[in-house]
Amino acid sequence: MTAAHTLQPVALAASASPRGPARPALDDRKPMIECRGVQKYYGDYHALRGIDLTIREGEFFSLLGPSGCGKTTLLRTIAGFEGIDGGVVLVDGRDMANVPANVRPTNMVFQSYAIFPHLTVAENVGFGLRRDPRSRAEKAAAVDDALDMVGMKGFGGRAAHALSGGQRQRVALARALILKPKVLLLDEPLSALDRKMREQMQVELIKLQRQVGITFVLVTHDQEEALVMSDRIAVMFEGEIAQLDGPEALYARPASRRVADFIGVMNFMPARIVGEGADHVTVAVPGFGTVDIPAANVSRADRGDAGPSIGFRPEAATLLPMGAEAPGRVTEGVIDEVVYYGDMTYYDVIMDGSDDYDGVPHEVRISMRNVFGREVPDVGTRVRVSWSPGSLVLFR
Amino acid sequence: MATGNGTETGQGLRLIAPPLLYAILLLAVPLLTILAYSFFKDGYLTIVREFTLENYLATWADPIFRTILVRSLMVAAMVTAVTVLMAFPVAYFLSFVVAPERKALWIFLITIPFWTSYLVRVFLWKVILGFNGVINSGLKANGLIDEPLKFLLYNTGSIVMTLSHSYAPFAILPIYVALEKIDRSLLEAGRDLGESRLMTFWRVTLPLAMPGVVAAVLIVFIPTIGDYVTPTVIGGGKIPMVANLIQAQMLDIDNKPLGSAVAISAMAVVTALSLAFLFLNRRFLKVRA
Repeated sequence: MTAAHTLQPVALAASASPRGPARPALDDRKPMIECRGVQKYYGDYHALRGIDLTIREGEFFSLLGPSGCGKTTLLRTIAGFEGIDGGVVLVDGRDMANVPANVRPTNMVFQSYAIFPHLTVAENVGFGLRRDPRSRAEKAAAVDDALDMVGMKGFGGRAAHALSGGQRQRVALARALILKPKVLLLDEPLSALDRKMREQMQVELIKLQRQVGITFVLVTHDQEEALVMSDRIAVMFEGEIAQLDGPEALYARPASRRVADFIGVMNFMPARIVGEGADHVTVAVPGFGTVDIPAANVSRADRGDAGPSIGFRPEAATLLPMGAEAPGRVTEGVIDEVVYYGDMTYYDVIMDGSDDYDGVPHEVRISMRNVFGREVPDVGTRVRVSWSPGSLVLFR
Repeated sequence: MATGNGTETGQGLRLIAPPLLYAILLLAVPLLTILAYSFFKDGYLTIVREFTLENYLATWADPIFRTILVRSLMVAAMVTAVTVLMAFPVAYFLSFVVAPERKALWIFLITIPFWTSYLVRVFLWKVILGFNGVINSGLKANGLIDEPLKFLLYNTGSIVMTLSHSYAPFAILPIYVALEKIDRSLLEAGRDLGESRLMTFWRVTLPLAMPGVVAAVLIVFIPTIGDYVTPTVIGGGKIPMVANLIQAQMLDIDNKPLGSAVAISAMAVVTALSLAFLFLNRRFLKVRA
């Protein structure tokens, strides 16, 4: 009985993020950015097809999508570098229609960082303080504080062109944050960094955002980055928002098959709907048999999908040796492929009877954390697979 | 490692050997000859190979040389100022306004004047500005003037106009290259950090374009000081510049050592001024974007 409860959290564990304890509920905070029906054309190309979203004060918000989906265009319309051809953009309740980029209460961290190569680090950070009424000494102190905040204390006198990629990024952050903007816009800020640096900067950005409390809007094509850092994520495809949700909801209950495919790894299998209850849909899935999918896990299929399908995260099942007892539903199968990743291993399992459905066997990819000292099972090993109907998502 | 470098150096040397030989024979040797001549004594129709500083003393003591050198510097400075100031907007337009696929066409159009020889281009200005030239006959035909305007030709202004026209592409191209190298997101960053378009130009675009401007200044200034054709044709010989003086000493008066001393003196002044200009602009030049 208790065992049945442990399976569900395991399935969601991968979406946990280091954001720590909860802050005031998002819905109670005031809207900082509101987009209503935002349209943008480049000639005949329809870049933004009616974007509606509200980003709240102090939120870490991500625009996630493949290249060309309009996420950067949307960010640039908020910054004021691109005009819009329809709709409204409000920042802190104010219509930005006739507000040029240089007077908007937003600042940007550019993808290339856009560090001025002819200035020193301190001159870069203090660039926006020219009209600040404070004294020269006070401004210099503010620059030092900003550099200290991003871990670049003592770098003020360095020439900007002598900095590494990570240092440029920090300078770009300090240069924007010193102006205390209402919104900080970040255009793929981590894409130029190597993997180790990127992971380090992700955590630093989260900490920095909590420290300054400024609304962050991040553009990224990296779903992992968005999941790790964001309070909420808008997934965009072809100039439209496909789903706007928190990381957990996005990962566990993708609104469409396309979103599911974009976020993380997902097994897809054909499904046949065999019955419908008040709170569930009953489907036949190859290898899984007949399953009652809870109504909350029913999402829509995309145009072009052949028919209803089932999505299943690799970590939502557990592999067990033959004869072992397991909670939830248990099926059996044979390991067809093993992909070793060090900390974890992917197993492609052909479940018994998976070819009953349409005559071809269907593989399911299942991931397991590697336990130190325990051998990774080989190809051809028969295994038991434990899973729960609640971790299957139906796209219909 | 050393062997590898040696081979590479050897290869490089072999590769540049023909132009290097050419440069030594046609640039370094004549230059060193002139330098040597400037320290020799002048005998009538011969050159006495004895070391002397007399030529330099005579050159710098001569008020005509000083007047002509100052005039040359003034004309060159004016030509440089006019050329670079007019070239910058053209280069800016070319870099920021012209669509990328049209840039090649525009550069082609800008260099078209170079298809005709320098002498012909200079002479063309005489046709335009002359006593019976295009402007005068045009104005006369329309009854705007009765007598041809005489101030159009044979003065410093017309020399400056002619040289500025001739050297325009030399100024446009380096400035254009410098502007093209500017990462456009830097200009957006300038705006994003609260500066207007004008202030962004002043604080970002212009400092980053300075290497091109410095190059343009030197490329225009150095050759115009020594220009011989334009003062002769457009100045009508009445406003000689330093090259005319050197020519007169070398050929008309046939005092090659004195002519050489004038040439070396003028070169020394130009070198000193150019180095001073580079030094003043050093903070713009060390930037590696």
